[in-house]
Amino acid sequence: MKILVPVKLAIDSNAKPRLKADRSGIDLANVKLSINPFCEIAVEEAVRLREAGKATEVVVVSVGVGKATDAIRSALAIGADRGILIEAEGRVEPLTIAKLLAKVVEEEKPDLVLTGKQAIDDDSNQTGQMLAALLDWPQATFASQVELDGAELVVTREVDGGHQTLRLSLPALVTTDLRLNEPRYPSLPNIMKAKKKPVETKSAETYGVDLTPRLSVVEVREPAARKAGIKVADAQELVSKLKAVGVL
Amino acid sequence: MKTLLIADHDNQTVADATTKALTAARALGGEVDILVAGQGAQSAAEASAKLQGVAKVLLADAEAYAHRLAEPLAALVLSIAPGYDAIVAPASSAGKNLLPRIAARLDVMQVSDVTKVAGPDTFEHPIYAGNAIEVVKNPERVKVFTVRTAAFAATPADGASTPVEAVAVPVAESRATFVREEMAKSERPELGSAKVIVSGGRALGSAEKFNEVLLPLADMLGAAVGASRAAVDAGYAPNDFQVGQTGKIVAPELYIALGISGAIQHLAGMKDSKVIVAVNKDEEAPIFQVADFGLVADLFQAVPQIEAALG
Repeated sequence: MKILVPVKLAIDSNAKPRLKADRSGIDLANVKLSINPFCEIAVEEAVRLREAGKATEVVVVSVGVGKATDAIRSALAIGADRGILIEAEGRVEPLTIAKLLAKVVEEEKPDLVLTGKQAIDDDSNQTGQMLAALLDWPQATFASQVELDGAELVVTREVDGGHQTLRLSLPALVTTDLRLNEPRYPSLPNIMKAKKKPVETKSAETYGVDLTPRLSVVEVREPAARKAGIKVADAQELVSKLKAVGVL
Repeated sequence: MKTLLIADHDNQTVADATTKALTAARALGGEVDILVAGQGAQSAAEASAKLQGVAKVLLADAEAYAHRLAEPLAALVLSIAPGYDAIVAPASSAGKNLLPRIAARLDVMQVSDVTKVAGPDTFEHPIYAGNAIEVVKNPERVKVFTVRTAAFAATPADGASTPVEAVAVPVAESRATFVREEMAKSERPELGSAKVIVSGGRALGSAEKFNEVLLPLADMLGAAVGASRAAVDAGYAPNDFQVGQTGKIVAPELYIALGISGAIQHLAGMKDSKVIVAVNKDEEAPIFQVADFGLVADLFQAVPQIEAALG
């Protein structure tokens, strides 16, 4: 089984996003960027499947400018075998990413695409489902457990109200939720080794996909601020304040 | 402008999320039809037909829709999509799973988690865990979006008797099959629709303590129970309790955070609550920056005192 893992470079989960003064977006200059946490979980799961002898190769792919290679290198340090960088400038929407990835799937012919359920920058939660639709593949989103059973995949999903388990015939697409696994910290030798693993760079134009965004951003602004309230001395005071504002 | 709203329901009743998403759908300004797809879902369709401002309820009743699998549902919605200018669903796990599949097949971009319909083609939605609000213009021929239901009031039932029409069910082969479901059974209100939420963090220390401390207080208040990601990761609470960027987004009248420090991703899920109470023994905890009422105390002592004061 060959696994393709699309990954995204996003703001680090510990960094605080700052808005650009002209309200055109988030200022990412001098902000730490990392592999999106959900993508990292997808890489870890794919590498575990290979280590368990259930997968033969793990290929990671990312769309972006040169810096996106950092996400690929992080994935290679976890244990992915090789990377593909599709170079594209500017804002690339989930639908466009899905179309590019569909082309990569045509070329690479993986049995499984494993990716993060959402990126913590735009929080779209769309790319995986869109790719599955374009490929007409079965999907299991928000996975908390993935098991290979012969030529089928048994996936448990985190859904509102609890868990749902599905059986998918391959090829299939799975998006990861937080509790699928805890990604390893890559060791220094593995980080060094990752630098020597092959990363192929391709231009998005070669795929014949229109990269023009469909949506236009009118502005990006601060959410309504919430002011800190008051400290109360004890439980008694708390309850009387809550009664006074009418929520009890 | 004709809008199709895909309902969340349990075959019997229509989910609160649907009545809130209906408010967003109606804000587009055109007619709204509701699609109820399920198995034995006549009652849910009839409940939808009583909601204010609905032109028509479409009922697709078939075994294929029993477990809300994305593949047959997408085929169904695509079969009726040509009549609509907008396709809307709550940003629930079902809606998030389904809607991008439809958008991609229609070759249109989707807007996720809409918090305001500013016009028929202008939408606001949070990005970066709610640290920014993005306003987008959507010129696509079909507007496809999920609704952050916490941002909208519910559309009431006004006893309307909107017609319920059966829709033809397209034959769709699916290479995904349902195996099983484990759903938490609870008498408590749902997180998404509760007026009061009592939420616990890592400070609870164990699943036993989590239940022992939170549940009696939640019962006294008729509250839903939530948890921080740290508490869920540590196994103190089930995943379905998680409030935050990647869990449930809630906006109750009263949110009581017990032993939750207030990481950005948690605040993203609850900072639109009307009144926030934080109990934490660390007075520097970031949760106090958003709390209306903060109590610096050990929660194991404070909670029994709160219960006594509620008396």
